[in-house]
Amino acid sequence: MNDMTVKTIYTPEPPRALQAKPPKITAQDVNVYYGDKHAIKGLSITIPDKAVSAFIGPSGCGKSTFLRCINRMNDTIAGCRVTGKITVDGYDIHDRDLDVVQLRARVGMVFQKPNPFPKSIFENVAYGPRIHGLSKDKTDLERIVVESLKKAGLFEEVKDRLAAPGTGLSGGQQQRLCIARAIAVNPEIILMDEPCSALDPIATARIEELIHELKQNYCIVIVTHSMQQAARVSDLTAFFHLGNLIEVGDTDVMFTSPQDKKTQDYITGRFG
Amino acid sequence: MNNASLIKKRYAAERRFRAFGFGAIVVTAAFLAFLLFDLVSKAIPAIIVNEAMLSIQVDPELVDKANPVAGDYLGMTKKALAQHFPDMSSRADRKALNGLLSAGAADVLQSRVLADPSLIGQSITVPVALNSNADLFLRGMDDGQLSDKQKELLGAMTEKGLIIKGFAWNFLLNGDSREPELAGIKGALIGSVFTILVTLSLALPLGVAAALYLEEFAVKNWITDAIEININNLAAVPSIIFGLLGLAVFLNVFGIPRSTPLVGGLVLSLLVLPTIIIASRAAIKSVPPSIKEAALGVGASHVQAVFHHVLPLAVPGILTGTILGVARALGETAPLLMIGMIAFIVDVPHGLTDAATVLPVQVYLWSDLPEAAFQSRTAAAIILLLIVLFAFNALAIYLRKRFERRW
Repeated sequence: MNDMTVKTIYTPEPPRALQAKPPKITAQDVNVYYGDKHAIKGLSITIPDKAVSAFIGPSGCGKSTFLRCINRMNDTIAGCRVTGKITVDGYDIHDRDLDVVQLRARVGMVFQKPNPFPKSIFENVAYGPRIHGLSKDKTDLERIVVESLKKAGLFEEVKDRLAAPGTGLSGGQQQRLCIARAIAVNPEIILMDEPCSALDPIATARIEELIHELKQNYCIVIVTHSMQQAARVSDLTAFFHLGNLIEVGDTDVMFTSPQDKKTQDYITGRFG
Repeated sequence: MNNASLIKKRYAAERRFRAFGFGAIVVTAAFLAFLLFDLVSKAIPAIIVNEAMLSIQVDPELVDKANPVAGDYLGMTKKALAQHFPDMSSRADRKALNGLLSAGAADVLQSRVLADPSLIGQSITVPVALNSNADLFLRGMDDGQLSDKQKELLGAMTEKGLIIKGFAWNFLLNGDSREPELAGIKGALIGSVFTILVTLSLALPLGVAAALYLEEFAVKNWITDAIEININNLAAVPSIIFGLLGLAVFLNVFGIPRSTPLVGGLVLSLLVLPTIIIASRAAIKSVPPSIKEAALGVGASHVQAVFHHVLPLAVPGILTGTILGVARALGETAPLLMIGMIAFIVDVPHGLTDAATVLPVQVYLWSDLPEAAFQSRTAAAIILLLIVLFAFNALAIYLRKRFERRW
């Protein structure tokens, strides 16, 4: 199998983003199989803390699959098998002693389609802190909810209707509600799986602004189909192709002078 | 073929299809209307009955104040009737006259006196139940059971204004009886309620738990596949087989008393379990996976995600399936015949282990009897069964609307 592994190119070698920021997530020789399908082939990468890393690549290249490995969301898919080592802060996330529920509290996730619970706006954000026992009492819980909504840039729009159903918000508001829900449990990492693909350009711009603000405090990993978005928001870009990690580098360098032919073709829109 | 004729053909096909659909609705509605009309018109004699309004002297010689239960109330009633026909003095005449009365003619009188013993010695006016043959004759239906003398007497009673029409409380408040005018549905109704309670309290939790386990927690392998196929097959097994199973297991092995709501409910819960499991699994499956992912994403455990988010969203579907299953159980006759619920039972059951029968079995029992008056009881019992079923469906719709949330 390893003969299929493509050696990852670093642009530049090593990328500045990795030198400037401490590493948060590392992956070593990760392979993912869906039944017989080899979805990710011997992937190794280091992702910096307090920065935005973007995964780009054509559909089916494995970028979402790898993202879902980081909070072990792939565990829920029948027939999915992950090998290799992924660490967060140096701890192996597949360690027997590690509780997957605790991992997911540390590694929040925002999905492609906004998926608020069919409950009130307040309940959507309060659910996470409540199940993790993060609040001492009701006022404390309210404080967490308001803070999370503020961090997600949604509070001003919904402060008068916290009891209204979260599903009644617009698509962009729903996605920010999902971000607030993820923030509320105090994660260190936020994984975003094409968070703007269902949104209009204005809502997309708001989310991108938000990502900019959030990267001061969080390690953000974003999967995107939009090259412009990757160029705008990310510090580090990783290009995936057919389950291989082709090229990793500083975003500005990679978008101006990619080393690999495939990366260049994809970025310039020649395929994908 | 050119474009215009293609379009024409397409429109014609559309019109044809609509006409077929409309025709199907009309035919169905006509059948339904005919069925309802037939049932209601047949049931009227069981609901509105002819009674004799008699003024009866509560004779202290026939009723002991200390023990009013033992009084000869029927004797007093017969006497009161005879007073209206002083010339009917021979033994044969008396027999003809008394033959017009029901065996339960004095029931209302007795209950009045028992409720208020101070009536003893006074004269009170009460409705007196007539024999079903007399009731039918007064409706213009002669079932050939009355003599010419009795027909004359009924005519005379009508002229004297003794005959009134009254609501047949007997039908709602009595258990079964050999006398049509005394036979009531209460025993079967209570039996059905008890049986359905047993069925629901067993089948709902078991069915939902099984569905949740199979859908959310079970490992997918050939064993769970086999279980799934067998559950689907069980839903199609003829219901009488479940009756045989109940007979073999619940009655013969476990020795549960036969003919009781307990064993009936057990058998019916086996019958509806596959229906509930299949409906619940479909309801659980139809909850968007994104909701579960969202819960898992904020660090909910699998059980928390299922119980906090998936199950509440599946409740409307589960309820619909359950009510459909219960409605089926409510109308089941065959499996209950196997476990002795077909017995002729006069008493209204008071608990899960009293002998009982249920509504559809009561319908079956009455439909088999030769007396013309039982036909109307059969129709009235069917109407009551339908009302209970409608009530169940209404409840299902109400619950579904209440729990339904949009996302």
